[in-house]
Amino acid sequence: MIPSALSYTKAGTLDEALAAVAAGARPLAGGQSLVPMMRLRLAAPEGLVDLGGLAELVGICEDGDELAVGAMTTHRSVAADPQILASCHVVAQAASGVGSLVIRNRGTIGGSLGHADPHADLPAALLAAGGAVIVRSSRGERRIEADDLVTSYLTTSLASDELITQVRLPKGAARSAYAKFHRRAIDWSIVGVGVTIGSAGTRVAVTGVGDRPLRATGFEDVINAGGSLDEAVAQAGTGMSPLDDLDGSAEYKLHLVGVLARQAYTEASGR
Amino acid sequence: MATVERVTSGGIGDSVLRKEDRKFVTGEGRYVDDLKLPGMLHGAFVRSSFGHARIVSIDASAALAMPGVHAVLTHATLPVVTGVLSASNPGGDVRHPEQAVLAKEFARYVGEPVAMVIADDRYLASDAVNAVHVEYEPLPVVVDAEQALAPGAPLVHAEYDSNLCKTLESITDGFDAALAKAPRKVTLRVHNQRVTPMPMETRGCIGDWSNSTGEVTLYTSTQVAHFVRTFISIVCGTSEAKVRVVTPDVGGGFGAKLNTYREEFAVCAASKVVGRPVKWIEDRTENAVATIHGRDQTQYYEAGVAENGRILALKLDAIQNNGAYNQLLTPSISHLTLFMVPGCYDIQDVSITIRQAFTNTTPTDAYRGAGRPEATHGIERLLDAIADELGLDPVEVRRTNFITEFPYASATGLSYDSGDYAATMDVALGHADYAGFEARRAESKQNGRYRGIGLSTYVEVCGLAPSAVTAALGIGAPGWEHSTVRLHPTGKATVITGTSPHGQGHATSWSQIAQTELGIPFEDVEVIHGDTAFQPYGLGTYGSRSLAVGGIALYRSLGKVREKARELAAHLLECSVDDLEWTGTSWQVKGSPDRAKTIQELAYAGWTAATLPEGIEPVLEATTFHDPPNFTFPFGTHICEVEIDPTTGRIEILQYTAVDDCGNVINPMIVDGQVHGGIIQGLGQALFEETVYADDGQMRTPTLVEYLVPSAADVPPMSLHRTTTPSPSNPLGVKGIGEAGTIAASAAIVNAAVDALSVLGIRHIEMPMQPARIWKLIEEAKS
Amino acid sequence: MSQTITVTVNGTAHTAEVEQRQLLVHFLRETLNLTGTHVGCDTSTCGCCTVHLNGEAILSCSLLAVQADGCAVRTVEGLQQDGVLHPIQQAFHENHGLQCGFCTPGMMMAALGVIEQHPDASDEEVREALEGNLCRCTGYQNIVAAVRSAADEMARS
Repeated sequence: MIPSALSYTKAGTLDEALAAVAAGARPLAGGQSLVPMMRLRLAAPEGLVDLGGLAELVGICEDGDELAVGAMTTHRSVAADPQILASCHVVAQAASGVGSLVIRNRGTIGGSLGHADPHADLPAALLAAGGAVIVRSSRGERRIEADDLVTSYLTTSLASDELITQVRLPKGAARSAYAKFHRRAIDWSIVGVGVTIGSAGTRVAVTGVGDRPLRATGFEDVINAGGSLDEAVAQAGTGMSPLDDLDGSAEYKLHLVGVLARQAYTEASGR
Repeated sequence: MATVERVTSGGIGDSVLRKEDRKFVTGEGRYVDDLKLPGMLHGAFVRSSFGHARIVSIDASAALAMPGVHAVLTHATLPVVTGVLSASNPGGDVRHPEQAVLAKEFARYVGEPVAMVIADDRYLASDAVNAVHVEYEPLPVVVDAEQALAPGAPLVHAEYDSNLCKTLESITDGFDAALAKAPRKVTLRVHNQRVTPMPMETRGCIGDWSNSTGEVTLYTSTQVAHFVRTFISIVCGTSEAKVRVVTPDVGGGFGAKLNTYREEFAVCAASKVVGRPVKWIEDRTENAVATIHGRDQTQYYEAGVAENGRILALKLDAIQNNGAYNQLLTPSISHLTLFMVPGCYDIQDVSITIRQAFTNTTPTDAYRGAGRPEATHGIERLLDAIADELGLDPVEVRRTNFITEFPYASATGLSYDSGDYAATMDVALGHADYAGFEARRAESKQNGRYRGIGLSTYVEVCGLAPSAVTAALGIGAPGWEHSTVRLHPTGKATVITGTSPHGQGHATSWSQIAQTELGIPFEDVEVIHGDTAFQPYGLGTYGSRSLAVGGIALYRSLGKVREKARELAAHLLECSVDDLEWTGTSWQVKGSPDRAKTIQELAYAGWTAATLPEGIEPVLEATTFHDPPNFTFPFGTHICEVEIDPTTGRIEILQYTAVDDCGNVINPMIVDGQVHGGIIQGLGQALFEETVYADDGQMRTPTLVEYLVPSAADVPPMSLHRTTTPSPSNPLGVKGIGEAGTIAASAAIVNAAVDALSVLGIRHIEMPMQPARIWKLIEEAKS
Repeated sequence: MSQTITVTVNGTAHTAEVEQRQLLVHFLRETLNLTGTHVGCDTSTCGCCTVHLNGEAILSCSLLAVQADGCAVRTVEGLQQDGVLHPIQQAFHENHGLQCGFCTPGMMMAALGVIEQHPDASDEEVREALEGNLCRCTGYQNIVAAVRSAADEMARS
């Protein structure tokens, strides 16, 4: 299938990109979600601004007690980065399972977070890690915590003129893991669960059970109050209302939340 | 299995590397979308977005106003003289609703073509499709075949008083008495779900109509070029002699391209309208609704059984979902089910009724196995259900019921050619270490997992088909195949075959047969197929028929050439034909190697025609139309071992063992490749694939995101083995292998899963056995 | 909207005016007549269109041609050197890793990406890494064998 007619510009500088976005253009990062949606005509942006030329948006470096990851850094780079693997494992692990090898070569962390698919792994991993994103517009720069990033189906709290430029990963998320369940290897997660056992307590986030990634507060509350893993698992799906669909019933998905939370928590504990 | 050494040239029985490969690995394959004709335009279809609707109006004005749009055609303006045809019992006791090339007044399934746009390129055509406004009046929808046959169901075709297309019946005289006498009764309901063939290359075609000569050339991705030619001439109202159908490289078929489709007629008619070639390439999302589906049969079995597991009477009531219309063979597919209902078991009293229903869905037709997987899956599930009910080992129940004497006259009217079912099963049991299974099961149990093992002992009917049988079934098409063998003055050979490969490697296998039978080296043989301009009539590739019918046609032509060469050799060597012996590459005077003529020398002599024996025409060339005297009956045993994780419901295949017997083998490497691919398609149906409709007729699995074709990461390695029981029905002793894996696999996998969960009292699982379904079964069984 | 782009494909620079919405795969197939790269789906699921962009395996159906402006693309047509098959091509042939051939170019280009990232991959790792490339004919067994064999051959040379 064929995308609708569009107008494309490639941003030479971040300011150019911000100006184009402010003027209504849709940012094109790796394009691994957007271009297929355009082919199916589920998305038909009239204007696209390609961020592919912005070298300043690519790369990973330490910045205080966080890792600063450029928004255009690919899943492949995130998954293989020694610093992320060591200090924010849950995000590297989630990135290593996105799509397939060819998709990870192109797809970007900023693109995935901005797209906010309700079955995507990275938004849940970032939420579990307690990370954040830095967004920019011609009006300036601000930080959005992962808890506040995704607001509903394919929707974030970014203003229409804002771009994600950087992803902030806490270095204190070493004891973390991501577990997912899908039917075929390449499929979106039916359910995915990220767990971080941090100094301030355990954070657990889940994808696939709502219109956005959700904290498994039932699980967190039990564990953070010193309860057993079995008790926590029993509460893992509290407050979540997944849909019945071809992947399985709501009941099954809630069950998977517990199975995967146990798996990720156990893995994170061993790290 | 021990791999036979692969060679670059050889004859019958050698694993010769394929001569087809080089063009494909270098990107020089030529599929239909790779072809460009001068002045070519692009077509795209406006398709119904409703499962059932009256078409109130079609407004194409906005599309026609777009630059680069040449025409928008509808039923009223497309120059065809009739609708799509079916070869299944035309004029017989089957309801054949009219299937206009573009929907006439009603659309009866989502995706039914309503209008056709022709534009400069595919991008513009795609835009223009969105600009055509069709007003629909939605009508009641029925997608489920059982519901469609219930009283008061919405009528798919208002001209009939029900949705029944046809009822197939085969009831033996002694059935009622045999069932009544049986001490035990075992019943089972099996739903063989709807699936989609999904070749990696979608369909596509280019129509090129010359308004000056009236000639039309159709390039199309098909398995049956000649069928398409005949039907183009009828539907488009032209002489068959003016129609040429060219099959370029075909990227997989699996039955999806064993058909004649609306789009093939439409591109020809559209080309006539615009006076330029018109190309249409199917999108994958289009393929999900516009290309035939397979299976979708619901079965109710009842077996009357003796205490030792012997089946005394077998009843099957089944409902087949035909979809909205009959495609080329739709009503005949479940006839193949009917044939094979007893499987490899000696069951002489049967009662089989298969009712075919129209529904508001894409038509079903032949998908790899075509009716036979439904029979095999059902009977193999039933055998395990019987074993379970009677507390017997499934292996012993099979052994008790196996047919042992051949030829065997089945209760459904077939004559099984040859077999040794127990021997093949024993080989498989050995390779799969069946005897050691319970220890492995116990080990899994300790790890909190359920382990199971399952068998599928299948027999299939191949080599379609003796023409007298197709005629008796009311199919308006024969089952023979042709070949021509032509020797050139240089001693090289051209083989023209009516088979139409799309991955099966006929160019390689046919060259091997030519080398063995005529002594022309493998590399000196060129095989031509798929172009009606160069071939006598051919029937194509389907039903695992190519070798057993087309290969025998080739064998006979090679023999004719060899015998003609013999007469020529006798003439040149001044001896009697009876004095000559065939060395494999030449005719020589018996015992005198110095008095010989090679086949190449004879080819040259035949061409120069300087001196020919009396009554012999120049040139070593021969043509054969071979009508097989019988079907062939490949068989085998597949054994699958699975482990189930009760926490997620995921089934993991730990071991898959296949022992297949397809008679004599031309190229073991190619046969193994067919089995590999076949098994994984059966596995796909068992574990992943299902074409799903919502109750309102919307397709819920329109892309490869929802329709789960398995990847390398989702499937296990397989262990393949063979036994060899030649077919007595043909001189090469061959049977066919293209569909065996698919026919066998699903039952082996489901039987293994049911065995794993039998400790919970579970005795049947429907396909696809997705994790959610398995988890739910386990939870329900536990509570 | 149209735009002039220059893409170096298999070592040769091509300059052409393209519609901005044109997919790279259609640029390769329709504009450059390099028809070895195929389209098998609409959803980035099948991998038939896999090519290399600046040395990395990517899906040419999920990239606009204009995004490849100034880039180097390698397609299946660029594997063979002076009439000698690349080890991956030879391995697919020798292991009967193809039947209908339609997925083969994309499968080989993806396999090269796998070998580059995981030269010592086991059978299981090769299977995992090829999850994005569907084949409906072979059941994958001979494809896995071909990739392993090519990896060995490439490591030796």
